[in-house]
Amino acid sequence: MKKYARLAIILGIIALCGAILLAAWFMSTHNVAVMNPKGIIAERQQELMTYSTLLMAIIVIPVFILTFGIAWRYREGNKKAKYSPELSGSKLAETIWWLIPGVIIVLLSFVAWRSSHELDPYKPITGDVKPLKIQVISLQWKWLFIYPDQHIASVNYMPVPVNTPLDFTITSDAPMNSFWIPQLGGQVYAMSGMSTKLHLLANQTGDFRGSSANISGEGFADMNFVARSMKQTDFDAWVASTTNAKALTMEQYDSLAKPSTLKDPTTYSLPATSDALYDTVVNKYMGHGH
Amino acid sequence: MFGRLTLDALPKDLVTIGGAATMVVALIGIVLLITRLKRWGWLWREWITSLDPKKIGVMYLVVATVMLLRGLGDALLLRAQQALATTGYGPLDSDTFQQIFSAHGTIMIFFVAMGAIFAMMNLLVPMMIGSRDVAFPFMNAVSFWLFAVGMALVNISLMVGEFQAAGWLAYPPLSELQYSPGVGVDYWIWTLQIAGIGSLLSGVNFFTTIVKMRAPGMTLMKMPLFIWSVLGSLVLIIFAFPILTATLGMLSLDRLMGMHFFTSTFGGNPMMYINLIWAWGHPEVYILILPAFGVYSEIVATFSRKRLFGYTSMVWAIAAITLLSFLVWLHHFFTMGAGADVNAFFGIMTMIIAVPTGVKVFNWLFTMYRGRVRFTTPMLWFLGFVVTFTIGGAAGVLMAVPPADFQIHNSLFLVAHFHTMIIGGVLFGAFAAFSYWFPKFTGFRLNEFLGKCAFWCWLSGFIVAFTPLYILGLMGATRRLDHYDPSMGWQWLFIVAGLGVLLILLGVGFQVLQVGYSIWKRKELRDTTGGDPWDGRTLEWATATPPPVYNFAVLPKADTRDPFWYAKQGQKPLSSRKFEPITLPKNSPIPIIIAVGAIMVGFGLVWYMWWMAIAGLLIVVVALIVRLSDENTEYTLTAAEIQHLEARSKRSQYA
Repeated sequence: MKKYARLAIILGIIALCGAILLAAWFMSTHNVAVMNPKGIIAERQQELMTYSTLLMAIIVIPVFILTFGIAWRYREGNKKAKYSPELSGSKLAETIWWLIPGVIIVLLSFVAWRSSHELDPYKPITGDVKPLKIQVISLQWKWLFIYPDQHIASVNYMPVPVNTPLDFTITSDAPMNSFWIPQLGGQVYAMSGMSTKLHLLANQTGDFRGSSANISGEGFADMNFVARSMKQTDFDAWVASTTNAKALTMEQYDSLAKPSTLKDPTTYSLPATSDALYDTVVNKYMGHGH
Repeated sequence: MFGRLTLDALPKDLVTIGGAATMVVALIGIVLLITRLKRWGWLWREWITSLDPKKIGVMYLVVATVMLLRGLGDALLLRAQQALATTGYGPLDSDTFQQIFSAHGTIMIFFVAMGAIFAMMNLLVPMMIGSRDVAFPFMNAVSFWLFAVGMALVNISLMVGEFQAAGWLAYPPLSELQYSPGVGVDYWIWTLQIAGIGSLLSGVNFFTTIVKMRAPGMTLMKMPLFIWSVLGSLVLIIFAFPILTATLGMLSLDRLMGMHFFTSTFGGNPMMYINLIWAWGHPEVYILILPAFGVYSEIVATFSRKRLFGYTSMVWAIAAITLLSFLVWLHHFFTMGAGADVNAFFGIMTMIIAVPTGVKVFNWLFTMYRGRVRFTTPMLWFLGFVVTFTIGGAAGVLMAVPPADFQIHNSLFLVAHFHTMIIGGVLFGAFAAFSYWFPKFTGFRLNEFLGKCAFWCWLSGFIVAFTPLYILGLMGATRRLDHYDPSMGWQWLFIVAGLGVLLILLGVGFQVLQVGYSIWKRKELRDTTGGDPWDGRTLEWATATPPPVYNFAVLPKADTRDPFWYAKQGQKPLSSRKFEPITLPKNSPIPIIIAVGAIMVGFGLVWYMWWMAIAGLLIVVVALIVRLSDENTEYTLTAAEIQHLEARSKRSQYA
């Protein structure tokens, strides 16, 4: 029986090390979005996660060492180890382990408090560049992005200029969704009848995947979009190219809002009659419904 | 007559037909087997009508085990779908996939984890406090049968109609009529309402039992730590379950009566639901984990042959966790936009829970210090728990930092985190408890080798299944996706996770084999110590094995913690052998009659068969009136009868 136990332990340790190595290899060769930020908010969030993890390692690693150290040292077969069956506590020791995790948590609390305020999604990103306003509406099962100043509406495709603060207001014309672009920063819920806010900034160009993080019905898995960060000139060119696009009239919107999934992103121009589209969608849940 | 029930309600897709057919065949098989063995009378007398908490505990255990198999089957399908989704060979369509993960969550929490802790409470609480029964034995049986009704309704939904597809907590507005017009959400509501009432009754019952029925001498600070942790869990049940009942009640009013508590229109507010459901849901997590903590406390002390380290700080830690668990619910939705102050407050509250939890871990570790540690199966589950729980706890603290949570909320990282806590914490605790207390109730041990095989399969399977999920979450994979683009590079991780579940399945296979083999070899595995196979410390070992219906022929005195241990040390039996008559509750068919009524209410409301719901309600009311007017519900064993029973039983000489 002993032999089996030892074999099992050795196999377990080998498997564990193998798993850690494999995981590390995998993470270094693949795009781990949250750990590979392309925007300033995501960068700060990634640093925050790394920092918190290291702080916790101060507790976690000693716990692992203590667990196996003590269990092995005081195994029944080891008659050399001291045996004190009546030992039932120690004021000093217990104080230490109320205090040390306590201190770590106090430190982390400061981190949590400060970062919650600094990285509050509602807090505008200040800078020299004028922010770009984007109104986001989650539909069944697609994302509609309205650029009110550019008079553009785009479905499942969100071009943004690099190094420009992005000022999102988010609502839903569907069950609750969550608006998330991992490489640019954390998510906020999209809820009908109200507006939530999010501020992001992409500091590199590239295509970043966005999705809904909250289940919203049958086509939920297809609620993906591309956030394309591009140079300002390219963004301007895109804006110019949409003047001839199909207009998103209110009728057009109503048919778009019907439950369906969409394979190819579409871009619309926003006629003056649809200027208040976002507010209309928010308001339609505020009064007596539809 | 049939409300909205038509033949369309029968399953149509192959996976559901397969699942439903398996269930029907298994049921018919069991019925035939019982008929063939002529065991119906025995089943009725010894189990179905029994008010003995030990019997009821075993029935909880049976339900939880069967549901664990169902939940595992669901998990396998989910893993298969996600591993194969990009190839086009995934076995499930979106709707079925969503129903399955909703059912998986509901079943695993309400019928496996809750079932396991109620099994433990029923089997262990009276024995460990030196009591003969629970405070309200009839109510206890009603609790179990309502729990069984909930379980039945979930499984009926597989055969007739559908289950809900909005996730295990069914957030509105998705779960409102507008978006989920089918019967799925109604099945879910009435399943939880009926089982939830059972849970609340159990909460009151066991709370009263612990407060009022302890052995002479057992003051609060002399209770075994398991009892303290169960007490914490019961306080949470008593305060949290009414919130669940009220919340589901309002959702059902929305759906049945066209009200607007949580709709997105007419002034309804889905955010209110999300707050309320987590005001129950977060305490629920601790309702599950606290009893598991208690199990570990008993096991570590016993298998280190040493007193538990830091008893008083353990009690305070439990009290702190109990209180704090009501102050953290908002961390389930930092992403709702509550503002930095609110988020930071709830984040910090959440982190603070890590302190008492950490204290408990250190106290367990130092219980082994200067002890004589035996690496038995229960102890392995404990060590596995320390590893997984510490990792999961660290992931939890990470998610308590609101801006960090924004990046992992609702991703597979979150899914991995709570599986780490519930599998590594609650389930490992239940398995540890099972192998630790099994000999007490059967008189023979479980085979250790097979138990260890099961442990290693579970632990390694768990690591293989959930490490990929942590990584996937960081890669941006959200939970509940039935398909994803192959270019994401996620597929290999999903395949590895699937292999992990297969390893876990192997572990379950070993557990089934272990029980079967141990029953077969029960003569060789017989406990020869007279009811104290592990050198136990607490009162449950101080009675005959298997325990008689009255638990203790003479109530033991508990003047210290670990009274049985000290009885052995001092070589003096805990109780005299002067027998006195014992009064016990008679069997009653009323609880199962109430269950029949309750299932009619549930099924009737799901399908709008109002006559059936009303008839069911009448059955419940009439059954209760009959019971309450019956004054002849107890019987008495005379001293001579007890002497006779005791002469035939096996027990430790110090009992």
